[in-house]
Amino acid sequence: MRAFFDSDLWWSFTRSRITVASAIVAFICIGGAFMAPLLAPHDPFDLASLQLMDAFTPPIWTAEGNPTYPLGTDDQGRDVLSAIMYGARVSLFVGFAATIFATCVGVLVGLLAGYLGGTADALLMRIADIQLTFPSILVALLVDGIVRAALPREVHDQIALFVVVFAIGISEWPKFARTVRGSTLVERNKEYVLAARVIGLSKAKIMLQHVLPNVLGPVLVIGTLNLALAILAEATLSFLGVGVPPTQPSLGTLIRIGNDFLFSGEWWITIFPGVALIVMVLSVNLLGDWLRDALNPKLR
Amino acid sequence: MRIRLFAALAALCLSAVAAEARTVRWSASGDPNTMDPHSQNVGTVTMVLQQIYDPLIQRSRTLGLAPGLAVSWEQVEPTRWRFRLREGVRFHEGQTFTAEDVVFSIDRAKQPTSNFGIYVDTIESAVAVDPMTVDVITRVPDPILPNKIASVFMMSRSWSEANGATRPQNTRQREEIHTTRNTNGTGAFRLANREPDVRTVLARHADWWGWREEGTGNVTEIVFRPISSDATRIAALLSGEVDFVLDPPLQDLQRLRSAQGVSVLEGPEVRTIFLGMDQFRPELLYSDVRGRNPLSDLRVRRALYQAIDIQAIQRVTMRGQSMPTGTLFPEQVNGYAREEDVRLPFDAARARALLAEAGYPNGFEITLDCPNNRYINDEQICQAIAGMWSRVGVRTRLNAMPLGPFFAKIQREDTSIYLFGWGVPTLDALYSFQSLLASRAGGQQGDGIWNYGGYSNARMDALISRMRTETGDARQAAIREALNIFREDVPLIPLHHQMIPWAMRSNISIPHMANNQPYFRWAVVN
Repeated sequence: MRAFFDSDLWWSFTRSRITVASAIVAFICIGGAFMAPLLAPHDPFDLASLQLMDAFTPPIWTAEGNPTYPLGTDDQGRDVLSAIMYGARVSLFVGFAATIFATCVGVLVGLLAGYLGGTADALLMRIADIQLTFPSILVALLVDGIVRAALPREVHDQIALFVVVFAIGISEWPKFARTVRGSTLVERNKEYVLAARVIGLSKAKIMLQHVLPNVLGPVLVIGTLNLALAILAEATLSFLGVGVPPTQPSLGTLIRIGNDFLFSGEWWITIFPGVALIVMVLSVNLLGDWLRDALNPKLR
Repeated sequence: MRIRLFAALAALCLSAVAAEARTVRWSASGDPNTMDPHSQNVGTVTMVLQQIYDPLIQRSRTLGLAPGLAVSWEQVEPTRWRFRLREGVRFHEGQTFTAEDVVFSIDRAKQPTSNFGIYVDTIESAVAVDPMTVDVITRVPDPILPNKIASVFMMSRSWSEANGATRPQNTRQREEIHTTRNTNGTGAFRLANREPDVRTVLARHADWWGWREEGTGNVTEIVFRPISSDATRIAALLSGEVDFVLDPPLQDLQRLRSAQGVSVLEGPEVRTIFLGMDQFRPELLYSDVRGRNPLSDLRVRRALYQAIDIQAIQRVTMRGQSMPTGTLFPEQVNGYAREEDVRLPFDAARARALLAEAGYPNGFEITLDCPNNRYINDEQICQAIAGMWSRVGVRTRLNAMPLGPFFAKIQREDTSIYLFGWGVPTLDALYSFQSLLASRAGGQQGDGIWNYGGYSNARMDALISRMRTETGDARQAAIREALNIFREDVPLIPLHHQMIPWAMRSNISIPHMANNQPYFRWAVVN
């Protein structure tokens, strides 16, 4: 622990006020989302607790506000604040899961391509190139559409969350693969790798035990930035109505539903989930930016 | 000089063209799920097909009967109606309209795959007396036959035979035949382009017989585009991207009324929203109750009824744009009785007590099927009801979907409880009773054709057959008694009659119709 607080990383962290602020905001967002069942004032999934007559209550600071609903209610009398907390949970789950999935695939492919070289390298990198030519949202839409067509509705609703994770993850892995391959090409000719090869270690062992730890720095940076992108991608898919199932509304779903009431003056139903999404993505993104600068020796 | 003349000529031509092209860009939330005129008796389908096809008798602006492809009709014998056809009518593809086509169309509407059996149920046969005269022979005297015939579109026999479409498309089996995408009518507009769920273009049929009549409009082209998102549909209207919105969302009416260049037409619709319930299966398909069907118990049906706070739905979900009801149809329909239009009161405690009495003290679980682009705020109504039922212990899972899959699902009887709306194009009580509440087994064609809950009551069936044949006071008494049974027996849970605002650019005028059908033949674009 002491070593961590003495490190350059911690020093550069405390030096940047924006970074500290965004870390606090991100912590609040993530903490609030994961503790939603404990912290949220209402349970938006408990149909029996909804009061239709409380529908369209504006936020607390307006004249008709009701202290029970700090950010107002939607068309069914659901508390907007609670809905955001539960929605952020879904968004963050999808974001983290998709990033971890993309990282695993990307790192593995990058290591193999970089270390083995030759035909394997050419083949894997061409696949990554092809994948990179498609916008990631298109890939995600494609995967979602195929699964939707192939599986009956009931089954699809059950696994929809994992389909979204897969769809976003699969569209993001080439970035990881490209970076890891680049680093691996540098590392593979270094002396410690040659030494490991000379004493007869297997390829798998060299890749995972010796090369991998030394290429993870950039992966951490891309991973953090990618988390923000994955959350946005999920919100986009859900906004288009092809993402998470309606029974598990994410922030994107909330924005889409609230959109119907934008013209009629009930702005809080869509604006607050939107603000929550922006704050969350921005704070994660700023952290990622800082991490990139902190780990870049040229900027020191 | 010559140049100036040319310029003037060109300007004249241009202005003539500009005056000629009168396009109405029209939007609604749902798209018709077929172009077959006898396959889906659904308002969303009819709203497009009635522009293309004509019936023998058409509806006037006040929903009365007016000559269509028949110029006159009379009951020559108690069981024989004679129709004299209009001379010189041609289909869009050139075929001449004759008695053969009428006989064919009526026979087609009687086929098992037809969804229009209700309109031709009493018909024994249709006979061509001569090329311009058709006799319709009924099994029993049918006093309201003209009201029913007014909903049966006329097709070309030779065209249908040439294209293998002599029977209606079977939507239950998701079949696709020529008429699913193609049309050939005699109506005011012909189908110019059809891209399902994207765009449907209708072009003015200049040779339509009715253009000569007074009060017809000047629309030359209709471009229909379904836009399911409420906000997008209204944004399109406000920005001038569409000219006419059939179903503006209720929450935006206030804004639309005050918007410049947009006008809102309001009025009641002859359509009642209700919940249908599976009452015939020994066990529900979508529930956790095993070995018995809670919905076949009157106490449970009453409990679900009394758990619904209809005033809250009217005020909040419908923003005042609905008329809560306790009966089967609104007052424009012959047979309506105000004394029978009384709801069971909203009483959650009573609902819980009734459930306990029926043996469900802890309630049960059920799935509510609901369309999300068919009726006004349909999904929101279902969400509200799901909440209200959950509060009395009936844990409700909502399954909302677009109208295409929704209709296919309930027509397969693949449902336990569903939201539904019923319009009455004949403006007579029999239509509702016969379609929704008559037993299907052993009945006539059209009996119980939309009775997907499988409600069956011998007394009700007897009253329905009396409505079919009797006239005068005896018939009204039968309707009255049937309405009373409806109230006592709760075969359906009535919710409300719809109000239907239409929103359009101010340069469009069109008569507002209580059957929610925009007749663009009467629309004027300035």
